[in-house]
Amino acid sequence: MKQLIEFRVNGERYEAAVEPNRTLLEVLWEDLGLTGTKMGCNSGECGACTVLLDGMAVCSCLTLAVEAQGKDILSIEGLSSNGKLHPVQQAFIDHHAVQCGYCTPGMIMSAKALLDKNPDPTEDEVRSALQGNLCRCTGYVKIVEAILAAKEKMKV
Amino acid sequence: MQVRCLPRFEYLTPKTLEEALALLSEHRGKARVIAGGTDLLPQMKSREVVPQYLIGLKNIPALDYIKYSNTDGLRFGALTTLHSVETSPIIQKRFGVLAQAAHSMASTQIRNVATVAGNLCMAAPSADMAPAFIVSGGKLKLVSPEGKRVVAIDEFFTGPGKTVLGEVELLTEVQVPNMPPHSGAVYLKYTLRRAMDIAIVGVAALVTSHNGVCQEVKIALGAVAPMPIRATGAEAVLRRKVINDELIEQAAHVASEEARPISDIRASAEYRKEIVRVLTRRVVEQAWGKTR
Repeated sequence: MKQLIEFRVNGERYEAAVEPNRTLLEVLWEDLGLTGTKMGCNSGECGACTVLLDGMAVCSCLTLAVEAQGKDILSIEGLSSNGKLHPVQQAFIDHHAVQCGYCTPGMIMSAKALLDKNPDPTEDEVRSALQGNLCRCTGYVKIVEAILAAKEKMKV
Repeated sequence: MQVRCLPRFEYLTPKTLEEALALLSEHRGKARVIAGGTDLLPQMKSREVVPQYLIGLKNIPALDYIKYSNTDGLRFGALTTLHSVETSPIIQKRFGVLAQAAHSMASTQIRNVATVAGNLCMAAPSADMAPAFIVSGGKLKLVSPEGKRVVAIDEFFTGPGKTVLGEVELLTEVQVPNMPPHSGAVYLKYTLRRAMDIAIVGVAALVTSHNGVCQEVKIALGAVAPMPIRATGAEAVLRRKVINDELIEQAAHVASEEARPISDIRASAEYRKEIVRVLTRRVVEQAWGKTR
């Protein structure tokens, strides 16, 4: 039986009629056309599907869409404003932290969640925060550098 | 491969514990409860578990709390997440081993929604919260339509994935008494990767010092038996003795003999026994260091 849910994504209000067995990831893709969030393992281990749910990084593949009722969701599409990239996004470009790009939205969302709570993380704290985001291409070094650079830009 | 969608189910959202129990009773055998869902949903995606009903517990605010008192110690509700345990100032200060165990688990994303209660109820032999709670003397409040009971965590697990929870019974609260003065407790987890890994071996120890003598000691082993176990033989080596390196080494050896691991994809039984020996020595040393 479908349930009508109402929630906010990237500041905009949405309504959707969803079966309980649909995940937030599926609904973002199929109902809202927001394909920036990626499906990797579909079991909460790779972090490619990371979005912020009421400010917390979560795996959208393990979040039932019906549980998004009344919540505030931030996906990668919501980071840039007025055509200007978020400092973390810009840093990923500037520091060559993107190869195939598939892990990138999840990495950036995890980084945003970290910097929102801890504006001055150490390298260890950055790596710790990214535990749940796997990258097969880069070896992580540039990703960590990008985030540390972004935090400096954001401090100003 | 787990790129399957979830199987169909009906999603029920009780607002009270009583409602949840009533639904569990009504759909007995066909329903599972879900809190964080980080363990249950992957199992459903791979079709290991296919419940017709999911009873969501997240809308029961009465289950979401952390309370502390000097007399009763720590009590927290079943909806308490690993993140909450990891970051709670009172838990970090007075029950550090619980925060340490929570921090060792999974990833930020998982810890943000996964619950301690879920980790205990899913009862994996490697459940990281279990050894930490065992050495801390944790108790679990279980509620059914027939009433409540409090079970010591030592008696909660009965086998891989199995607990004493009845078919219509819910874990509602975890209780941890205050640690005795001059105590130290540590949990160490051995994994191949730095994160996102199931424990190959997990060992927790709590030691209490009195005039340089080990007044009390508890050692718990995870991932090396059908359920988390107490290493009572190793404890006996240390209890009421003056602690020195030789004694710790002896206790570690006994602990490795008490472990009864299997060989699986992560490690052989022999390797696990060796790691039990190494980790037991380390946790006891570190815990003892904290008593000063």
